[in-house]
Amino acid sequence: MVLIMLIATLYSPLSSFLMAQQTTAGRRYLRAFVSGFFVAVPVTVTVLDRFAYVARVEGASMQPFFNPEGGLKSDIVLLNRWSVRNYQVQRGDIVSIVSPKNPQQKIIKRVIGLEGDFIRTLGYKNQYVRVPDGHFWIEGDHHGHSLDSNSFGPATWTSSSCHR
Amino acid sequence: MFRRVLGKTLGFVGYTIQYGCIAHCAFEYIGEFVVCSGPSMEPTIINHDVVFSERMSRHLCKIQKGDIVIAKSPYDPNMNICKRVIGLEGDKVCTSSPSDLFKTHTYVPKGHVWLEGDNLRNSTDSRSYGPIPYALIRGRVCLKVTKYIDIYNIKKTANVSFCNIRKLVMIRSHVYGF
Repeated sequence: MVLIMLIATLYSPLSSFLMAQQTTAGRRYLRAFVSGFFVAVPVTVTVLDRFAYVARVEGASMQPFFNPEGGLKSDIVLLNRWSVRNYQVQRGDIVSIVSPKNPQQKIIKRVIGLEGDFIRTLGYKNQYVRVPDGHFWIEGDHHGHSLDSNSFGPATWTSSSCHR
Repeated sequence: MFRRVLGKTLGFVGYTIQYGCIAHCAFEYIGEFVVCSGPSMEPTIINHDVVFSERMSRHLCKIQKGDIVIAKSPYDPNMNICKRVIGLEGDKVCTSSPSDLFKTHTYVPKGHVWLEGDNLRNSTDSRSYGPIPYALIRGRVCLKVTKYIDIYNIKKTANVSFCNIRKLVMIRSHVYGF
């Protein structure tokens, strides 16, 4: 992202510098490269932010759905960001959210309950929990080996994407 | 004739997509203008004030105590809230109101922040819904656009207001002796 800002600040003086020089083949190639780069980077960044995102699943918390063989091979998934633009998921969807415990880590879990549902928890401080508004209850398929709502409570919409 | 129109339309669509993506990158990674409504941040930010919130601090995890941040509301992801960061993870914050006799404190859990509005009497913030995850923060408010078009640097008021809050806590602690 710092690279993007550097390119943006360099683009206008660079292009005016290029106009001022005589257009040889090398200069023309450089101008085409810079303008193409300035188109490709924002479009790629927008697509990754708004439409789809590729990620690798690590860990055993979603076995046997993801990583059934364990530590040797990690599954690669395509996450759909367009379907959660209105903040609507259904029970049973697998979502990826930013972990409430560590804002630099993303976790992939399954949605068990939506707002208003009553959940019977496994190992949470209360045995029965009503999911508050704007939150949802996520659990990994491999109970016991999973950092999910049973540890940190109902999760909220921290930059999520959905894998159906 | 038809081919020329088609070519021009495609060119127009291409430019729209390109500039739309550049605008998205600018709003997502550099900053955006936000119109604030509500009385919870008076006197720093009044109802219908326009502020500029920058995104780089949030992506680089450089939000500090005393910053005013824009965050997604934990109860409604379509709504944004504008509050001041009072405590980061691991800090001890006071949860009781000034009129209570016994003070209660909590520690902010890992990966969360404690937000409070400047107008303590008229603000729903972490004192009612608890600490919010750091990832809900969208940006840090750095400039306020005043009615007379000159840019008023909000950082100075942030320091003054924060000092006032700290003085208030020290006075309270002296009176109640803890």
